[in-house]
Amino acid sequence: MMDEVIRRVRRSVAALVLVGLVVAPWVVDDYTAAILARTLALALVGVSVALLTGVAGMPTLGQTAPYAAGAYACAVVGSQISDVGVVQLVVAAGAGAVLAALTVPLVVPARGVIVLMITLAICELVVTVLGRWRSVTGGTDGLAGIAAVRPFWGLPALASDQARYLYTLVVVATLVGAVLLLLRTRVGLVLRAGRDDETRLRASGHRVPLYLSGAHILAGAIAGAAGSLLVVAQQYISPADFGFDTSALLLLGVVIGGTASVGGALVGAALVIAVRDWLFGVLPGHAPLVLGVLFVATVYLLPSGVKRVRGPRDRSQPPTVPPSRPDATPARDHATVPELRA
Amino acid sequence: MIAVAAGANRIDPYIIPALDGVAYGLLVFVAAAGLVFCFGVANILNLAHGTLYAIGGYTAAALLDGGWLSLALALAVGVLAAAAAGVLLAGLLTPVATGNHLTQALLTFGVALAGGSLLVAGFGPDDPQVRVPAALDGSVVVAGHRYAAYRLVFIVVAAVIATALYLTVRRTRAGMLVRAAVDDPEMVACMGVSPGRIRAGVLAAAGALAGAAGVLGAPIIGPGADTADTVLLLSLVVVVLGGLGSMAGTLLAALAIGEIQTLGVALLPSAAPFLLFAAMAAVLAARARGLATSWRAT
Repeated sequence: MMDEVIRRVRRSVAALVLVGLVVAPWVVDDYTAAILARTLALALVGVSVALLTGVAGMPTLGQTAPYAAGAYACAVVGSQISDVGVVQLVVAAGAGAVLAALTVPLVVPARGVIVLMITLAICELVVTVLGRWRSVTGGTDGLAGIAAVRPFWGLPALASDQARYLYTLVVVATLVGAVLLLLRTRVGLVLRAGRDDETRLRASGHRVPLYLSGAHILAGAIAGAAGSLLVVAQQYISPADFGFDTSALLLLGVVIGGTASVGGALVGAALVIAVRDWLFGVLPGHAPLVLGVLFVATVYLLPSGVKRVRGPRDRSQPPTVPPSRPDATPARDHATVPELRA
Repeated sequence: MIAVAAGANRIDPYIIPALDGVAYGLLVFVAAAGLVFCFGVANILNLAHGTLYAIGGYTAAALLDGGWLSLALALAVGVLAAAAAGVLLAGLLTPVATGNHLTQALLTFGVALAGGSLLVAGFGPDDPQVRVPAALDGSVVVAGHRYAAYRLVFIVVAAVIATALYLTVRRTRAGMLVRAAVDDPEMVACMGVSPGRIRAGVLAAAGALAGAAGVLGAPIIGPGADTADTVLLLSLVVVVLGGLGSMAGTLLAALAIGEIQTLGVALLPSAAPFLLFAAMAAVLAARARGLATSWRAT
């Protein structure tokens, strides 16, 4: 009953947000359009988080690392080599995929909460590197003055915030569509099966680590592409864009949207980021406090987050097998610590 | 004779960074031990761990006035406050399903965000100055170099804390429960020990350790806006390098991090940003389980 209500609420909110995103550039002012473009880029990172957390069963706090790699690669390419959007997207996605591939040996052998921890450490270390590697990243000052992007060879450069927003929207829609199509194929099936029962999938001859590595690299490429969109939207980047709190916010958004749902992740991440931006505008001094309290409240309100307390009402009902929710915690989450210790 | 002198000269500039690395490593050990307990015993990824350290750090900055009495007071207040925060965290975590690490991580992150904001609101946005006891404010001569007396004393104190921790875990009933809970939590629950009480106890102990580290380590990793992040990152790397539940592994990993952060930076300044990364990658790639393979051997 409760699940049904929540599913309906999720669907209607998702529909509203998606319609709002499409009509936004004609309704809002320039500043809001720029903010929305950045939100969309982050929502795309949220999609990559959902791909790893919900579909592949590897909960991650480190997707801002390939996001940052993509953004910096795009900024360097954009200011020195090419201002063509497609080139920048491909370079950024490549940079994200390379960083993800480099971290495969760290992430893929681990499971469950260990992944959460290792990815968090990777994310923090990448931010540290960004702050110190001054010759390339500009240190904590970041990189500014990145030239306006032209989407394709021969097209004019995107001069207005509306145009940049629409460019972001088109790229995000294309990439999310591609991910949705991919997940409908056998690849998505195998990833979900590995999440639900890895031992059985291994027993039937599937090389699960290979699939997980593929998913990790793909998610890295998506996050890298999102980094390129951030550069287009902000025309300025600094290590502050890629902190650990951004990762946590995205994870919260993905959990709100239902971890295994790509569309839900997009909407959830966009909502959470929008709430953060709004809070920082309304309450300049106390935004983190309110945000923290909202985090705790959301965790308590989420259907899958809190264990149901067995009251007298529950006992009167016959014990039933709980329905399998798409956003239930991956089964892989349980046998984690022994694996590290054994 | 000349060769020996040349050898000594080559090592000479690195004595002080190496000693600093020991101090830093022991501080990281005391701070990270709490996270290791949380993670290994209670199976909680506590993202608010750095905030517990920051509570200790801010307490030290507020209470220390250069006397010994104020140090004792700061230590008592810092440890109690951080332990209380740990218990509060355990209380908040109680309704959350134990197996659900995603929501645990989100919850503790929310607490870290709110707690950090409260600390900044209470103590001001600037990094406060920390005054060590006047007797330790000077420097002593170590192998021909001047070295801060406080750090030297800190090395001794942290070594005492580490030994006490080791003895507690090995020799007391509480330590036995902790080790049993790492090994087989279901069996411990079957024997009538409430997992909720173990969780509260472990989080309180973790808070106390982090608080003590925060007070004593305030002159080394001082309180400030990004202290919580720094300490959390260092503690996480310790857990990744040192594995779970093994005190020796944790100590080894913490000392390695201390040396990397001080001696490594002195030796290879250009590669400094990547050294922690490289160490983690090397250890994890070589052995997914971390430095210590078997914690029962310790």
